[in-house]
Amino acid sequence: MLFAAVSVVLMILDHRQQLAEPIQDALALAVYPIHAAVNLPFEFGEVVAEQATTRRALIEENARLKAQQAILEARLQRLDYLEREIIDLRALLQSSYQVTDSVLIAELMRVDLNPYSHLLQINKGTTSAVFVGQPVLDAKGIMGQIDEAGPLSSVVRLITDPSHAIPVQVNRNGIRGIAVGTGDLRSLELTNVPNNADIQEGDLLVSSGLGGRFPPGYPVGRVVSVDVDPGKPFARIKAVPAAELDRSRRVLLVRATNRQTEAAPPAAAGAAAR
Amino acid sequence: MTDPQRQGGWVILASWLLAYVLTVLPLPTLLEKARPEWVALILIYWCMAVPQRVGVGVGWLVGLGQDALQNSLLGQHALAYAVLAYLTLKLHQRIRIFPLWQQALTVMVLLLFTRLLLLLISGFTGQAPSGWQYWLAAFTGTLLWPAVFMFLRQCRQIFNVR
Repeated sequence: MLFAAVSVVLMILDHRQQLAEPIQDALALAVYPIHAAVNLPFEFGEVVAEQATTRRALIEENARLKAQQAILEARLQRLDYLEREIIDLRALLQSSYQVTDSVLIAELMRVDLNPYSHLLQINKGTTSAVFVGQPVLDAKGIMGQIDEAGPLSSVVRLITDPSHAIPVQVNRNGIRGIAVGTGDLRSLELTNVPNNADIQEGDLLVSSGLGGRFPPGYPVGRVVSVDVDPGKPFARIKAVPAAELDRSRRVLLVRATNRQTEAAPPAAAGAAAR
Repeated sequence: MTDPQRQGGWVILASWLLAYVLTVLPLPTLLEKARPEWVALILIYWCMAVPQRVGVGVGWLVGLGQDALQNSLLGQHALAYAVLAYLTLKLHQRIRIFPLWQQALTVMVLLLFTRLLLLLISGFTGQAPSGWQYWLAAFTGTLLWPAVFMFLRQCRQIFNVR
């Protein structure tokens, strides 16, 4: 009975407020060795695979990366120019624009967490200045945000988690919306978009930066279906996440360098409500 | 350990560690939902075999450990496993003398009940998992029970856990 009461209290604390956090942190640290131990063979295998790659494969990979680098750099040249222009334009409008975000690279740990929520564990924690709510990206787009930051590892909640929502806008015309996770790794849903909104299949959704949690302008997903039913007030819009949620091995943790966010409490729009 | 009545505590501890490792070991997505609840299985065994040592308190603790491990709602598994331990303690005299297949059936009922409890709790927090696969874990657990039972009994006899 006593144990039941304690667990109920714990659950309420954990669910309602973040009051159980110290307990959770301590426990997370306690179970870290287990996570690390499970992860170890995979890491080891990777090291071996890396050691065993042939010279030729390396040369090929090198060439490919160089080509890619050249292409990216060419694009960057134009980007620099455009960025300059944006800053000037924003200055005219007297609003600030933040350009550079510093990033931290982390690696996924190969452990399975609760199969019914979309969580990942990464190998950086508060000792590397990771904080709760920090946006997580991969090379293709936004993956999610830090849900819990332990000292040595932290847990990422993916944008497809049913309890996650991210403010987005359509890249083509700036229509804003909120992309909510569906529980399916390959699908997001845009909620509360009126039937007559100009959103088409193939539109790119980027983060809008509203809510102050995610930096603006990073790709979130691509619209795959727009289902308009005149009998209903809102269109059903589905999108696939841009990030490779189930394949990425390395992730980027973004830290806005100059946070000009006196913005709304993050829970208002961008937060994962737990 | 000086007490002759109790020995081999480290075997029990090692079995929990093994269960935890199996719980977070990455599996292909297809099998992920069919992963049995190793911790629950091992808890049932120890509650049955050494009820004077492993009981509701231990169940609660290992459940809490699993919550931390899986980052689920803190206390969710703790509550479920405490109840599981309680039920097993109530039934242990009977389960012990059952033949293996009958034991497995009882274990199935216990596991299903645990799943139901977990489902209720996640339902309260508005994150109820959907789909029949949710119940799969209980059945794979049942299928694996004979193996788990044999293995742990061997361990218990070799290391003379009392």
